[in-house]
Parts: sequence; structure tokens; C-alpha cells
Amino acid sequence: MIQVEHLTKHYGPVAAIQDVSFSVEKGEIVGFLGPNGAGKTTTMRILACFMPASAGTARVAGYDVFSQSLEVRRRTGYLPEHVPLYSEMPVAAYLDFVAEVKGVPRAGRKRRVAEVMERCLIADVGHRLVGRLSKGYRQRVGLAQALVNDPEVLVLDEPTIGLDPKQIIEIRSLIKSLAGQRTVILSTHILPEVSMICSRVIIINQGQIVAVDSPETLTARLSQSERIQVQVDGPPGAVLAELRRLPGVLAVDQKALVNGIGTFLVESARDRDVRRDLSRAVVGRGWGLLELRGIGMTLEDIFIRLVTEEQATTPAGDETPA
Amino acid sequence: MRTWPIFKKEIRLYFTSAVAYVVFTIFLLISGYFFYSIFAFFNLMSMQSAMNPALARDLNVTEGVMRPLFSNISVVMLLLMPILTMRLFAEEKKSGTIELLLTYPVRDGEVLLGKYAAAAVLYLAMLGATALYPGILASFARLEWGPLLTGYLGLVLMGSTFLAIGVLASSLTENQIVAAVATFGVLLIFWVIGWSADFAGPVWGKLLSHLSLLEHFDGFAKGVIDTKDVIYYVNFTILCLFLTLRSLESNRWRG
Ligand SMILES: Nc1ncnc2c1ncn2[C@@H]1O[C@H](COP(=O)(O)OP(=O)(O)OP(=O)(O)O)[C@@H](O)[C@H]1O
Ligand SMILES: [Mg+2]
Repeated sequence: MIQVEHLTKHYGPVAAIQDVSFSVEKGEIVGFLGPNGAGKTTTMRILACFMPASAGTARVAGYDVFSQSLEVRRRTGYLPEHVPLYSEMPVAAYLDFVAEVKGVPRAGRKRRVAEVMERCLIADVGHRLVGRLSKGYRQRVGLAQALVNDPEVLVLDEPTIGLDPKQIIEIRSLIKSLAGQRTVILSTHILPEVSMICSRVIIINQGQIVAVDSPETLTARLSQSERIQVQVDGPPGAVLAELRRLPGVLAVDQKALVNGIGTFLVESARDRDVRRDLSRAVVGRGWGLLELRGIGMTLEDIFIRLVTEEQATTPAGDETPA
Repeated sequence: MRTWPIFKKEIRLYFTSAVAYVVFTIFLLISGYFFYSIFAFFNLMSMQSAMNPALARDLNVTEGVMRPLFSNISVVMLLLMPILTMRLFAEEKKSGTIELLLTYPVRDGEVLLGKYAAAAVLYLAMLGATALYPGILASFARLEWGPLLTGYLGLVLMGSTFLAIGVLASSLTENQIVAAVATFGVLLIFWVIGWSADFAGPVWGKLLSHLSLLEHFDGFAKGVIDTKDVIYYVNFTILCLFLTLRSLESNRWRG
């Protein structure tokens, strides 16, 4: 549905994105992840036909964003990062305007606007001025204007920013419910969000793509070690020494000591499961094994690792001209 | 055509942002004042001419009231038109709403047309309201309808050009004040450019007076429709709108 090939965008001498290529299949929800200034907004603006790339091509629904932009715009709903809306218009009138501009036929327009307001949970503020809404409501109106003509492709730049936890959950489930028929590409800083709603993540850093995969395989592929948290009732010094002696254990950290019960973080090689040896050793020494829990690497860890690795190999800061 | 929703939106925003009310009121107040003072002066003249028949020969309502009124109205327009057009694109650029507008499935030309039409309709409504004054005159003096209508036609044509210049300026900046001041500056230059025609030499003089926004209006105020004048205003308007379109499209050029 979306094919991006060797996309590059320069702002003067600064390259915001360089040689970015990826593709998104129909019905997928793809998360676009990256630190501030990575080039997420730039890529999305190109996909939404707001501005052209300096080089490379992007196709949405088979149409080129540069040469067939009108066709692309007919099929795309776009939520910009700062949600620019006409603040002097009432919500319902604003959405009606958007629907009309997007070519929703007159006959079903009123119903369509009411539907989308219902869906985005803004039915109760229809008569309020957009400029008087709170940030979260504005965000939802922004989402509603993207959805109003029922587009095939949604480009959402940080759709859940500024929402309260309850709304975040509701908007997430809304976005999730859109999948299947629609293709969604969304950017975010909230990593659990990506693992929750996205079938694939694209991690971008300093204008270049560093990883594309599903959240699960990404974490599995990139975690180099397995981590286990154990709680042992026994003399801490001896426990630490015993754990360190176990085969396959790379490092042990004492995290806490409460009432003589120590909590330890054990790191082991990835292909080596040390849990059996560990429990046997602890029990064999007559200590109490109170807890044994594997801690997987979170997407957050992966993200930080990818991004910092990248920074270590490319010395230039992202805001300095190349 | 997606021009209609954009036109409606612009009209709506003109009124919610109070720009329309302010410009309307000021325009009517000032042109009303001009009408009153010109008419009072004309009354004085006609009273004197009752005693001095030599004066009475040159005296008629169209020449004595409507012509000065038209030229005064055009000066008020010079000041108010930039206010009417300054927000059209600059405001959208500043607030970022242009990002959504340009990603909707509308052609740039349709956006431009909708916005220009909104400003034009507002201007026509303003002109329409001034028709009250000749209406008052007609009730107790004999009016020549010909010069009156050509005068209005001239105002419509000149106003369209003013608006087109304003739209162009608004599309070039994101600052409304800059747009208004630039429009006013350009209008003023084209207004006074003819003044130096007299001493600029034959070729330059002709060129300068041909460029002048004011010179071309003169004929209309006298009751003469010269195709040369019509073409001048129409061309000027089209040129400015074309340049505006280019400036909008430049957002989509590869860079
Ligand atoms: N209009 C612009 N003019 C010049 N440079 C720009 C412009 N917009 C973005 N940039 C630069 O391009 C780079 C990428 O910016 P972009 O907005 O795409 O980042 P982002 O990934 O969306 O960041 P964030 O997470 O903060 O939203 C940044 O270095 C930024 O400074
Ligand atoms: Mg961004």
C-alpha cells in the first residue's frame, strides 16, 4: 500500500532523512519510531503530499506522491504533529467543512460527520469552538478530520500525544479497530504503544532507518542476553558468590536487600537457560528461593540500544549540518 | 469543484474574526461622511449658482457629487482592501492549517479561487451598501444613470485588482501585518506612479500613466468605458492571481 524508495529530504544543507526505504502492506499498522529530530515528521509530510522529497520516490495506493498527488490525497487521512485546526470554527461545522472538501457526497455527509464524531468520542463537543477545546479533545478532532472521508491510508503523526491514560487506551483501540480495512502508519515516542497496536515497527535515527521488523522478533533478535530476577533468603555475600559461580551466568547484580532477603538480577547468555541450575544450587545450599522470574528485554531497551549504537558510530550530532 | 466549501469557510471566518464587521463599518462610515460633505458642498454651490447663472451651467449632480464620491471611495479602498486580504493565506501559514488544507484533495487553484471569491463577495457587498447614497440623491435630484453605472463598474474592476494584489502578498508571507503593509505599498506605488508621467519624457510618461491604477479609473468615473482600461484591470488581476498560484505551487516543487 505504501512503498517508499530511497527517500531523501534536505532542508538547505541539513539532510532530515537520507535514503529511507520501506514498504507497508495493506491492512497493516506500522509504528514509526525514533528520537526527536530523527525525521519522522518529515517522512510523514512527504507521504501526505504536504511537501516533496529532494530525491527518491514514495507511492501510496499505487500513486506517486509527487506526480499523482491528488489521487494520493483522495485516499489518505493525515493527522499532523501539531494538529493545526481552524480554532474559530465549531467542531461539527469544521468537520462538515472537511468532509465537503474531501468530497463526501452531500446526501450522507451529516450522518458521516455524526458517525465519526461518535467514533472519536467528540459527539458531546460538537457545538464548541475548536480553539476552546483542551489538548486531548483537539487531538481527537484532528483524528476525526483524518477519518471523515473513510480513507484507505492513515498517516498519523503522534496521535496519542497529550491524551489522558483512559483516552490513550480508547484511541489506541480505535486505531486498532481501523486495521484490517485500512493501512495505518503512525509515529510515536511511547514504546509500549507500538508493541500494543503495531504489527511492525520502523526505527529511524538521524534520518536513516536502523531496523524494520515486528516488535516481538525485534526484541528477540536484538536482545543479546537473558535476564532473570531472583529473590533468595540467605546470606547475601554467599548467595552472590554462589550465583556468580554458575555456568552460563555473565553477571549478577544485587538490587535490594530487605529483611535479609536479597533481590538479584542475573544476566546470562541468550541461548543458555540457567534457571534450572540456579534453583538447584540455591535449594541445595538450604536457602529459600522466594522468586524466580525471567525479564525479557523491552522494546525500550532495544530502542535505546539501536539509537545509541548508531550515535556511537556516527559522530555528528543530528542538528548540525552534514 | 471544491471551491464552494472553501468559499463558505472563508466567509464564515471573515465574520467570526470580526474583520468583516470592522472593514464594513469603517467603509460605510467614511464613505457616508464623504457623501455627506460632498453633497453639502454641492448644495452650497447650487444655492450660490441660483444667484449666479454663470455657475449653474457646469452644475449637475453626477459631476458634482458622484465623481468626487467615487474618487474618495477609491482612496478608502486603498486603505481597507489590504486588511481584507491580508489574512487569506498568511493566517493559514502562521497557524499551520495550510498543512492540512494542502493535503486535502483540492487543487491549489480551487483553494485560491475560493479565497479570492470570498474577499470579492465581501467587497461587492460593501459597494452594494454604498448604492444607498445615489439612492438618496435620486429621490430629490435627477441622476444620470450612465456615469453612475460605469463608475460602479470601474470600482468593481479596480477593487478586483486591489484584492488580487493583496492575495498575492498574503501568499508570500506568514505575517499578516507584512502582507497588509506590502499590499498597501504596492497599491500606493501604482496609484501615484502616474503623477511623474508629466515630467518623465514622452515614452516613459506614457508607460507610467498606463501603469497607474488611478488613471484607468478616470474614464469610468466620467462615464466612459474604454476597453483599454477594462483590459488593464483584468490583466493586472489575472497576473496577480497567476503569480499567487505559482507561489502556492512552489510548496510542491522539489527542493
Ligand atoms: N522546516 C524545516 N526547516 C529546516 N529544518 C527542518 C525543518 N523541519 C525539520 N527540520 C529538521 O529536520 C530534522 C528532522 O525533523 P523531523 O521534524 O522530521 O523530526 P521528528 O522525527 O518528527 O522529531 P520529533 O520526534 O521531535 O517530532 C531535524 O533535524 C529538524 O531540525
Ligand atoms: Mg515529529
